[in-house]
Amino acid sequence: MYPARFRYEAPESLGGALELLRTYGEEAKVLAGGQSLIPMVKLRFATPELLVDINGLPDLGYHEVRDGALEVGALCRHVDLEYSTGLDRWPLMASAAPLIADPIVRNRGTLVGSVCHADPQGDWASVMLALNGSIVATGPNGRRVVPAGEFVTGPFQNALLPGEIAIAARIPVPTGTPFGRYLKLERRVGDFATAGVAVALELAGRTVLTAGVALTGVGANNIKVVAAEQVLAGSALEPEVVEEAARLAAEAAQPRTDHRGSADYKRHVVRTFVTRALELTPVAV
Amino acid sequence: MDKRSITVTVNGATRTAEVEPRLLLAHLLRQGLGLTGTHIGCDTTNCGACTVLVDNTAVKSCTMLAVQTDGHEVTTVEGMAKASELHPVQEGFREEHGLQCGYCTPGMMMSAMALLQRNPDPTEEEVRWALSGNLCRCTGYQNIVKAVLWAAAKMKPAEV
Amino acid sequence: MTNPSQLDEIGIGGLGASRKRVEDARFIRGRGNYVDDITLPGMLHMEILRSPVAHARIKSIDTSKAWEIPGVRLVLTGEMAAQRNLAWMPTLSYDTQAVLATDKVRFQGQEVACVVADDPYTAKDGCEAIVVEYEPLPAIVNPRQAHAPDAPIIRDDKEGQTDNTCYAWEVGDKAATDRAFEQADVVSKLSLHYPRSHPSPIENCGAVASYDPATEKLTVYMTTQAPHIIRAAVALVAELPEHMIRIVSPDIGGGFGNKVPVYPGYVCAILCSILLGTPVKWIEDKSGNLISTGFARDMYFDGELALRRDGRILGVRFHADTDQGAFFSDAQPSKFKIGLVHSAFACYDIPTGHITARGAYTNKAPGGVAYRCSFRVTEAMFFQERIIAAAAADLGMDPAEFRRINLVRDDQFPYRTPFGFLTDSGQYQKCLDIGLAAIDYEQFLREKEEAAKHGRLLGIGISTMTEPLGAGNSREYDILGIKMFDSAELRVHPTGKAILRTGAKTQGQGHETTWAQIVAHELGIPAADVVVEEGDTDTAPFGMGTYASRSTPVAGAAVAMVARKIRAKARKLAAHLLEVSEEDVEWELGRFYIRSAPDRGVSIQECAAAAYGNMPDGMEPGLENNAYYDPPNLTWPFACYIVTVEVDPESGVWDVLRVVAVDDCGVRINPMIVEGQIMGGLTEAYAMSNMQFITFDADGNCVGSNYMDYLLPTAWETPGFELHEVVTPCPHHPLGAKGVGECAAVGGPAAFVNAVLDALSDTGVRNIDMPLLPDRVWEAINSGQNVSGAPPVRS
Repeated sequence: MYPARFRYEAPESLGGALELLRTYGEEAKVLAGGQSLIPMVKLRFATPELLVDINGLPDLGYHEVRDGALEVGALCRHVDLEYSTGLDRWPLMASAAPLIADPIVRNRGTLVGSVCHADPQGDWASVMLALNGSIVATGPNGRRVVPAGEFVTGPFQNALLPGEIAIAARIPVPTGTPFGRYLKLERRVGDFATAGVAVALELAGRTVLTAGVALTGVGANNIKVVAAEQVLAGSALEPEVVEEAARLAAEAAQPRTDHRGSADYKRHVVRTFVTRALELTPVAV
Repeated sequence: MDKRSITVTVNGATRTAEVEPRLLLAHLLRQGLGLTGTHIGCDTTNCGACTVLVDNTAVKSCTMLAVQTDGHEVTTVEGMAKASELHPVQEGFREEHGLQCGYCTPGMMMSAMALLQRNPDPTEEEVRWALSGNLCRCTGYQNIVKAVLWAAAKMKPAEV
Repeated sequence: MTNPSQLDEIGIGGLGASRKRVEDARFIRGRGNYVDDITLPGMLHMEILRSPVAHARIKSIDTSKAWEIPGVRLVLTGEMAAQRNLAWMPTLSYDTQAVLATDKVRFQGQEVACVVADDPYTAKDGCEAIVVEYEPLPAIVNPRQAHAPDAPIIRDDKEGQTDNTCYAWEVGDKAATDRAFEQADVVSKLSLHYPRSHPSPIENCGAVASYDPATEKLTVYMTTQAPHIIRAAVALVAELPEHMIRIVSPDIGGGFGNKVPVYPGYVCAILCSILLGTPVKWIEDKSGNLISTGFARDMYFDGELALRRDGRILGVRFHADTDQGAFFSDAQPSKFKIGLVHSAFACYDIPTGHITARGAYTNKAPGGVAYRCSFRVTEAMFFQERIIAAAAADLGMDPAEFRRINLVRDDQFPYRTPFGFLTDSGQYQKCLDIGLAAIDYEQFLREKEEAAKHGRLLGIGISTMTEPLGAGNSREYDILGIKMFDSAELRVHPTGKAILRTGAKTQGQGHETTWAQIVAHELGIPAADVVVEEGDTDTAPFGMGTYASRSTPVAGAAVAMVARKIRAKARKLAAHLLEVSEEDVEWELGRFYIRSAPDRGVSIQECAAAAYGNMPDGMEPGLENNAYYDPPNLTWPFACYIVTVEVDPESGVWDVLRVVAVDDCGVRINPMIVEGQIMGGLTEAYAMSNMQFITFDADGNCVGSNYMDYLLPTAWETPGFELHEVVTPCPHHPLGAKGVGECAAVGGPAAFVNAVLDALSDTGVRNIDMPLLPDRVWEAINSGQNVSGAPPVRS
């Protein structure tokens, strides 16, 4: 309940933030929403030397299309996405946002921060995988864009290099008619997912152009089920295709048996939820 | 002792304090400023008893550092009533028996107030959704929902 | 002289008025006065270092680095406490409990040391700087392991303790019950585990202990539901004289039985204050509360019902194993090792029964009796209604009909249960009828059948029970040798306003509002003219506190009795003022009048003025009195809870469709408050049945020691409740009230569980241990097997 001591800086510019990270290296942690970091600091699971509070950096709270992709700034809060009127083309995101944590936490927590935190039970990373999103990092070597699948490198580990900050997420603009759904089995609001399923489709008429399927809470990290995506692409969501996609998703899951359920159970939930998400598609048979 | 000076507007009044960076906002309010109406009920950011408004947005004050409120505005339960007039949310809780031990109540009312600012005419379902970050052990929530709906009705501008 | 009263009882806030609560005025303004809100001059802060392991020898404790931290004032270890004879303390169950570990730690989270510093952050820094070397020992996490022949002895501190048995207990008639089972047409069996739960009020436990060396008086502000019991216990433990101890229980943020025991943290705070001569505040965090304070339940049942083919129950027998944790510290009447578990089946007309029970020490926090349990009645009634459901299924009988056949009939009261209880009143069939009508029983069964054709699983669950409240009469009930009466002191001032103090202690039940209503009812003084205080042992009359729903039955009765004493004296004053003899005086609400000339009367306020300024010769001045009420019997509210659910067979998730509650708690003093209590209890019933429990892995690591793992439902999951009322007055209570605070937590869980199992009736599954988490429900559906939740679990 009482954090250990740390230093604190609240830079007013991105340059200032980068300078601090360069100086303190591994001993510094970036504070954005703080809804994952501060709880860890309070229980002394994390004991950083320095917190770099980026909440004062200007112009990072946006989410809009920039340079051909939906760009979500580092200070765009979950709640901004939950009540956004600009996510028509990204229904998976609109579906997932209300299911993050609880309403008060959503006021502060950020999508970018959540992906950086890389909790295997974090929801946004699955959304990013399903939508083939990327993280924009900036640092001593300038700006680079890292696909979500490469950005999360292990439980609570990300691909940011020393001195880098993630400043935005980018999600491609769909070409076809978009459909998306996030289904999350949680024992109660605010619990981590027992299992979560992110499904995103781009349709042309009754045909699936591309598909995105990713899983939460059933592996060392969020899992992108490429095999299921391939089966769905080009299909018309025939029942046997849906069944196969669901089966492949369950097969790709690597859940642990724990107090949320057995591995078999979690695989079954994955299979069920992938099926249900696909069956909600307007064109499903 | 890496203490720094911060200036926070709390319930409309400018307050200054010398705080360590690790001091939680909830502790600044309770111990530093003597505003004990904001309560602490857990250590994992679940219960919401500590909910206050920071720049008019509901925040769990146990999961924010006091230093983060430097230059910002904080509203606590002590700032809900104007002079001697209770806020309709406070009245609603009394009218509809929306509290028993009173411990979750300040945080619950803060969330309710934030809800009604955003959505002045919520359905029961919307109320339950908006309060799903605040835990109560005593009431079973049914009367809390009624209290919020009572407040919403009272806050509606009179029909012409 | 005053005119006829014409006082409206509801208008003055008397019996039956849904009076708005007095307490709310300060709570809605954030002006409550909870223990953590209290600051005293010079106050220091204490934090506790807890054991990370469940069972281990302590090889060494090095506190040197903690002492070096600026701002740290005292580091206390078990060894230091032992020098003052305070490393161990007696419990309310006549066992001993470690205050700070000396030789071993016996559960994960056990108190090992504490640090007092200028502020809690520094105190925590101090705890983190203490280095403890542990030598782990095998951990025991369930009674089966505890009673195994080769199990390590957990309580090797107790002389003569050769195993892990904590107690053994038995009640009933074995021979007669065995005969009943021999004659049975059908025997229904059921085994289940009622999992460990925790009352978990939102406010954690804490104390501000202030020993003043100048006056040698100890004042402790404490989160306690029973300040006088605490004072007696502190006098015993700290060896301080009783009159030099003052316990003040201010506003309490929920109790539910969690705030009855004496916890090591309190004792440490008191000892530290004595050593330092300054006030010391200890406020635990939620993790400390969940991992170390009085948990609830954790009982294993193996039982059977002997049945006649026509549905009559011939006998019942069961064995109960309780998991007591590392110390036997239950707060319960001393004669009953397993509380009032033998009140099970009291609502059914069963001629004979036999119960055996055994307690086990395990490597877990101590406790068992808590959480709206009415002294283990939650466990009793859960098992009762679960085996009733199983028996109905075994007989192929409708569960409502099966209950109807066996419920005690109205004309059978007073009714002696096979375990010795005397139930005195009720209309059980009527409550059942109202419940069935409200849920539209036949219609639901049709809907269920229809839904099944489409692969949808609907279920309905019933739970009926009567439970013993208001412990208890002095012949049978005591805690630490003190009888379980309660008290009220009423002082009426010259202007007719009054102050009332009782020996109870509200933690959200609204005593400040309802006790004044009793005074209004008895004396016609408006409730708003009566201020109510509880919780300060220097001013409150001696009482046994508030838990087990005992306040209305016992303290409430004392309030009525003291008000009647006041009224009796006021009658004499009235006669004096009206210049007639007492026999000519009649009473109506708020007024005495002359029987033969009703227009001539005096108000109660005028009598009050006379008590101070116009007494008859020979009468003692003043209008103040007290009363101590020894209840002649327990009270017996009855409830019928009916729940309907739909289960998703693919995910195991179940949704509640409707909850109908029919409560007969006798006369309701404040209906609004009564309903609030019922809804709170139903929510806890839902929580326990759906998501909320504490468990352990094989190493004794606690799963459920914080709010991420110990799941309380939010407003989103919690269903709505439909409440109905029947009033069968209690024949022996002065107001006819029975109490209700725990009824829904007692009777509710079985209704939810029965509903889910009813939805799964085609699978043949007989039992799923609570909580019925989605994965357990799915396992049951898929395997067709019962699902147990007993520890150890995989973490």
